[in-house]
Amino acid sequence: MPERSVLIASAHGLHARPAAAFTQAAAKAGVPVQLTKGAKSVNAASILGVISLGIEHGDEVVLSAEGEGAEDLLDELTALLSADHDA
Amino acid sequence: MTRVLTGVGIGRGIAVGPALRMPDPLPEPASTPSTIGPDAEKERLTGALAATAEDIRQRGEKAGGQAQAVLEAQALMADDPTLRSDADSRVDNGATAERAVHEAFAGFRDMLVGLGGYMAERATDLDDVAQRVIARLSGVAAPGVPTSETPFVLVARDLAPADTALLDLERVLAVVTSEGGPTSHTAILAREKGITAVVGVHGVLDLTDGTPVVVDAVAGSVAVDPDAETLDRASRAAEERAKRADVPVGPGALADGTPVPLLANLGSADGVEAAVAAGAEGVGLFRTEFLFLDATTAPTVAQQYTQYARLLRGFPGKKVVVRVLDAGADKPLSFLNDAPEENPALGLRGIRALRATEQILRDQLTALARAASETDALVQVMAPMIATVEETRYFTALAHELGVPVAGVMVEVPSAALLADRVLGETDFASIGTNDLTQYTLAADRLLGSVAALQDPWHPAVLRLIREVGRAGTALGKPVGICGEAAADPLLAVVLVGLGATSLSMSPSAIADVRAELLQHTREQAGRLAEAALSAEDGAAARAAVRSLLPESV
Repeated sequence: MPERSVLIASAHGLHARPAAAFTQAAAKAGVPVQLTKGAKSVNAASILGVISLGIEHGDEVVLSAEGEGAEDLLDELTALLSADHDA
Repeated sequence: MTRVLTGVGIGRGIAVGPALRMPDPLPEPASTPSTIGPDAEKERLTGALAATAEDIRQRGEKAGGQAQAVLEAQALMADDPTLRSDADSRVDNGATAERAVHEAFAGFRDMLVGLGGYMAERATDLDDVAQRVIARLSGVAAPGVPTSETPFVLVARDLAPADTALLDLERVLAVVTSEGGPTSHTAILAREKGITAVVGVHGVLDLTDGTPVVVDAVAGSVAVDPDAETLDRASRAAEERAKRADVPVGPGALADGTPVPLLANLGSADGVEAAVAAGAEGVGLFRTEFLFLDATTAPTVAQQYTQYARLLRGFPGKKVVVRVLDAGADKPLSFLNDAPEENPALGLRGIRALRATEQILRDQLTALARAASETDALVQVMAPMIATVEETRYFTALAHELGVPVAGVMVEVPSAALLADRVLGETDFASIGTNDLTQYTLAADRLLGSVAALQDPWHPAVLRLIREVGRAGTALGKPVGICGEAAADPLLAVVLVGLGATSLSMSPSAIADVRAELLQHTREQAGRLAEAALSAEDGAAARAAVRSLLPESV
């Protein structure tokens, strides 16, 4: 399954506001996307799932998706997580 | 017949309008099994979640800006697929839609609280969404600030930060709460936004919607069903006060010309413009910890320098008093003091925490000295939570050594106030933090609603401590500033000057009212008001004693 490993750039981690932008992008895709930190995986289209990971600045997370357009989608989401939304 | 309820008034406003009650939080949904079966419950869930998300989104679009981003995140919570499958499985096990929503949200809420810090604060957002969904399912009014096409007086038990963010200032004429004291969240917000408010009004929750009321913040009163005479008096008082408040923006002074510089309390460089516009003559308290609340490692000298220089450039030729990091208790900084304490208000905070990690203090003073030397602002630095003469000596010497020309201490601990003559002998100035001084003098947790009534800076015990500091300042020729919520209360501000305060620092929105009130009194009159307050037996009596000496008591 295609996946990407990403370092979180946002200074405040993946909290409410950046998490909302990420979740919306993941939900638009139409294919299920998994977000994994450590041993825990959640549905990337779920804001509560995403914030439950307690992702901080500099954390490493893994994105994975399957289906049509998965590679492009992962590239897009990776770009989103690598940008500092609080800057 | 006019009935008068009393409480603690905030500010100088007077407002007339119909009462509108903010609904109380909903009771927890009963855990009785569903009588209509899982499929019907799921249908109800779908409808309520979608309608709630849509409603929150619409409010967001109306609010715009920062509030819209927060509300959009809340709408996503109502739409959340993980939450939905959690609630569905509860419904499959026989729960009602209400109970399933309650339990599913509660699970996520506990998880957020468990994460701590910033995430724990988001638990309130989640609660708000849960309440809205449950209200919709139960067919009752959604909790939170009511909406109305016509202006109204908001009546509530107390306001939560989430409620206040959305207050439509065009519609809310005044706020009256049954709980809370002068430092409650509602009171602080009302002061910041300049909303007429009376807090701690017993019996106000019994008012039915639409009842006409007159809210008078100066008198701390709410007149219910006012007669023609009361209404007439209110409109004359409002006119009179508007005229008095209409003094030109300029330096703060008493009626006899005694200067009392009016300064701003700021927590970030973003507030500089508003402070300058309000006529702030400088900054009396710049709280540096808010720059670093989310930092997990200590900020570097270079990072700090950038922030400080930005602030200082806004005040060329003016005084800017910067407080070094005040970690602990209500504002933990993980890089300074991460150890859990049984009693953080009495723990390793303020100067104690800085001293335990002196390099952080040295870096901050170095960054401040550098920013000070490269801008035209008159920079002063002060240390929080000073309890002893020895700590005063330590901090003042270190600040001077690292190139900060003027260094002082905050007086927030009663021991420092009682030994003010010795403390001021070892430093350049004192600034009294009335919120903490009140908390420590009356042994009443600032953050605990059940003891809010004790958290009253008018209390003569607090005023007597302030008098000690004022006297020491006068005797030694050292400035004594005030930088707590107390300085934002116009009448108390006059009393504080009477006790020897030489400058007052407050939220920028409070400056105009305080400036207008100071101009009504001479130094001698301020001294007499202070005497009256000092000889009262509690805060309410001190207020009443001072008010009774005023020429007009509208």
